[in-house]
Amino acid sequence: MRYTKLEVGFLNMADTGILESLLRLVDKVDGGIDSQVVASSLGVDHQVVVGAVKSVQALGEVIEAEQRSSKHWELTGEGQEIAEQGSHEARVFKAIPEEGLSQSQLMKLPSGKVGFSKAMSNKWIHLDKGHEGGPRVFRMVESIEDVVRKKLQQVQMGHSSQLEEKEKNELKKRKLLTEVTVKSYWITKGSNFSTIITKQETELTPEMIASGSWKEKKFKPYNFDAMGVAPDSGHLHPLMKVRTQFRQIFLEMGFTEMPTNNFIESSFWNFDSLFQPQQHPARDQHDTFFLSDPAVAHDFPQDYLERVKKVHSEGGYGSQGYKYDWKIEEAQKNILRTHTTAVSARMLYKLAQQEEFTPVKYFSIDRVFRNETLDATHLAEFHQIEGVVADYGLTLGDLMGVLHQFFTKLGITKLRFKPAYNPYTEPSMEVFSYHKGLNKWVEVGNSGVFRPEMLLPMGLPEGVSVIAWGLSLERPTMIKYGINNIRELVGHKVNLQMVYDSPVCRLDS
Amino acid sequence: MPTVSVKRDLLFQALGRTFTDEEFDELCFEFGLELDEITSEKDIISREQGDQKASEASDVVLYKIDVPANRYDLLCLEGLVRGLQQLSILLPEYIRDPDQNWLSLLLSVQTASVRPHAVAAVLRNITFTPERYDSFIELQEKLHQNICRRRTLVAIGTHDLDTISGPFTYTAKAPDDIRFKPLNQNQEYSATQLMGFYKTDSHLRHYLHIIEDEPLYPVIYDSNGIVLSMPPIINGDHSKISVNTKNVFIECTATDLTKAKIVLDMIVTMFSEHCDQPFTLNGVVELAYRTETLSADYINSKVGINETAESIAQLLTRMCLKSEVTSDGAEIQVEIPPTRSDVIHACDIMEDAAMAYGFNNITRTTPRTYTVANQFPLNKLTELLRLDLATAGFTEALTFALCSQEDIADKLQKNLKDTKAVHISNPKTAEFQVARTTLLPGLLKTLAANRKMPLPLKLFEISDVVLRDESTDVGARNSRRLCAVYYNKTPGFEVIHGLLDRVMQLLEVKPGRNHGYYIQAAEDSTYFPGRCAEIFSHGKSIGRLGVLHPDVINSFELTMPCSALDIDIEPFL
Repeated sequence: MRYTKLEVGFLNMADTGILESLLRLVDKVDGGIDSQVVASSLGVDHQVVVGAVKSVQALGEVIEAEQRSSKHWELTGEGQEIAEQGSHEARVFKAIPEEGLSQSQLMKLPSGKVGFSKAMSNKWIHLDKGHEGGPRVFRMVESIEDVVRKKLQQVQMGHSSQLEEKEKNELKKRKLLTEVTVKSYWITKGSNFSTIITKQETELTPEMIASGSWKEKKFKPYNFDAMGVAPDSGHLHPLMKVRTQFRQIFLEMGFTEMPTNNFIESSFWNFDSLFQPQQHPARDQHDTFFLSDPAVAHDFPQDYLERVKKVHSEGGYGSQGYKYDWKIEEAQKNILRTHTTAVSARMLYKLAQQEEFTPVKYFSIDRVFRNETLDATHLAEFHQIEGVVADYGLTLGDLMGVLHQFFTKLGITKLRFKPAYNPYTEPSMEVFSYHKGLNKWVEVGNSGVFRPEMLLPMGLPEGVSVIAWGLSLERPTMIKYGINNIRELVGHKVNLQMVYDSPVCRLDS
Repeated sequence: MPTVSVKRDLLFQALGRTFTDEEFDELCFEFGLELDEITSEKDIISREQGDQKASEASDVVLYKIDVPANRYDLLCLEGLVRGLQQLSILLPEYIRDPDQNWLSLLLSVQTASVRPHAVAAVLRNITFTPERYDSFIELQEKLHQNICRRRTLVAIGTHDLDTISGPFTYTAKAPDDIRFKPLNQNQEYSATQLMGFYKTDSHLRHYLHIIEDEPLYPVIYDSNGIVLSMPPIINGDHSKISVNTKNVFIECTATDLTKAKIVLDMIVTMFSEHCDQPFTLNGVVELAYRTETLSADYINSKVGINETAESIAQLLTRMCLKSEVTSDGAEIQVEIPPTRSDVIHACDIMEDAAMAYGFNNITRTTPRTYTVANQFPLNKLTELLRLDLATAGFTEALTFALCSQEDIADKLQKNLKDTKAVHISNPKTAEFQVARTTLLPGLLKTLAANRKMPLPLKLFEISDVVLRDESTDVGARNSRRLCAVYYNKTPGFEVIHGLLDRVMQLLEVKPGRNHGYYIQAAEDSTYFPGRCAEIFSHGKSIGRLGVLHPDVINSFELTMPCSALDIDIEPFL
């Protein structure tokens, strides 16, 4: 449909008469003809000729038409009236008989007001104010020459060039003349010139293919500037497309996916097992969603729970501990998990229960929840990306090496690391990458080595180190797709058009 | 992260050199600090109260520095200087003055129930300047907001020792039995009156709840019965300190003794540098020095570097952890000063060594850990289905897991009690009352937000809902659901039914009663009567499909007919 948009500018194709008349005229002249000349010689409006030119152009190389614009002077409505009936001042002069005319009567004439003052300043007439019976107007000269009318008649006859610019501008000021710009075409024969119009086909049909008639037909050219028709399809959500890519990256790096389908977590696994003290601000009502129903968890690995309690309240495993009164009631409180690291803790505990330790690489990408103040970049829930490696003898250098490999897959090669604090990792590092657009280092993730106070109570062997890192899924996606407000990306207020229009996700390009 | 505001020029003077802003920013980065903002009092006032009020204010350059949450020793200028002065091998030596043990704080048993612990110390012959005095007040405020957890764990009171006389008594009394003139007031009040008086105080009202409902309030008296303070609310006016105070009595009352000792140690170690005998302290201060012994191999193997014991000892000493190599050369003895309460394990020392070495100077290596990757089967199935649902012409929505009770109950014409929903106890708004029990409300809200889009609208989501489940340790579990809606001028039951058929085809389940799937008319108040069916697969109910009830459509502010499919995909694993 949209390829035949040109049809809008077409004349009714039945009206081929004007097209053929145009072509015959073009045929007769040498070197071309102006569309305005065509209009006057065919006696039709110029716009009709312009339409005809466009129609013929659409048929292929029949003619060539080069657009030109020219300026010329035209009479206004008032100017035409003057060319026919004379200027207002001349009409006033003629209306005054030998014996004069009272001023009030004169003013009643159609040209009275304008004509009176002009005729006065031309000194054609004079006013006798003291005349008995009221002011009276008399002729001052025998005859006059109506120059204005003459000039306008010249323009009307197409001789505007005989007038001086100054004269024309004066008449323009009096709103008798106007300068108009006319867009016309200089028409010449095309490579495929013919004076006969052949009807063009819009589309190839099965019948034409069957009969072979397509060989004789001419086809209307397509407008390749038009857009195509959008395919009728479904679309994946951009954030989920990015999630798929991150999953792919972890799988390429040999990481196994953790089961993170448990949004409800106990404070024990979310905090205590990670050596996060019970008075830590993150465990505050202001930061974490607690549950009223079911309010508490039961059923913890009892031995392990005792070891966790001890390391918090008394220390051990080479640690001073936090030396406070650890309470089971705090650990039992159910919450919406604040990080997927709660699942990592469960997985590492499970790993420690194996008969023999085997190295693991784990990842997850799933929802976490924070009871935070909401703004353009923070929602109460977001997706956390997490990677964990557990093996004997892993170093801080190894963590940086793994992060380098991971971020290289995201197209980020320039990294640097900043010391940070996190209750369950030591050392802890914020990961910064150089952002070319912003011309500065921006934080792209957090990382660290899990503390011995977390790992040893689980039962992991002494020499095993566990390195880990995390980042949010939303932030790289917002940067990738140029979205400033997170609500335009996540949640029900998303604009579906954005979903329909979002490109494929290649993180490294 | 707490933010500390210091005057730039004073900081540079104390550090013994100047930096450009960029250089200082870089120094902060290496130490895990952040130069958050460069400003001045004038800037701050003009931003908050307009240019006019700011005209009188100082335009001395201020650095606002973000400090890691566990580094209480960096919360004031004095501490920052000690932390950043990496080349000063002359570390301060904090000692207790053995001659001045006359000072004591007697604890009475009455405090046990309300605020059982108290520790105290004296800064003797201190010389305040306006800057030092401000820093002293500022440090107390920072400690109150951070380690003291807004005075709940620890509260600090400072007094002019020359106006009072020991021994001091820390006790607890009934509110009507406590009378004193509080700080900066002209008359005496009873504690009961004070609690009412401070109800409208923009600063103090936040602390009233800590003792408000207790039968006895904590109070500290001197030997003449003068009230020093009523912690954690307010000090007495009698003993208030000023820039001219020479001897400062500091008391910390607490519910957590460990933290009280850390706080007291922190204040006295920081400010004793302005005393005639620097770093010499009186009172019940812990000033616990501790020695950790560790090997160079431990540091090298954890960090991934290869340094000698001597060079590691030097690195640590630069970080204010005085270290020496043992005589046999095998180990490093590290002295942890009372200012470094954050160092509780050898790994904390290892981190300081890595920081001193420079994180960014460590060679990046690749671990040789060999593993085979596995996808989580439920996520694998989800990924495959998502792709095929989009191929089937449906567009993926991504909606919130938390919602209001109304969304999952009233609006769907369901009884909240029947939903098996888990409830949140502290939602800030109704949007976070429950975890969703169905994906349907999220999809209907997505439709409502996109009513202007061309019809039909076809949406789906595959994600988790949360249900109560007594059989799990936490009493709840996730359930992976597939939900789709068709919204158009006609209900399109056949479209949504066709989608079910397609999903079943993808899951290799054939139509049929026994080992296949079938649908059967069902009653469900969310759906239009006679237009709802239950879906069975292998004889088990897996969900519903149908045309939504007009009242449900209305309650989500929709205007067109809508059909929906809602199934559990976990049975297909």
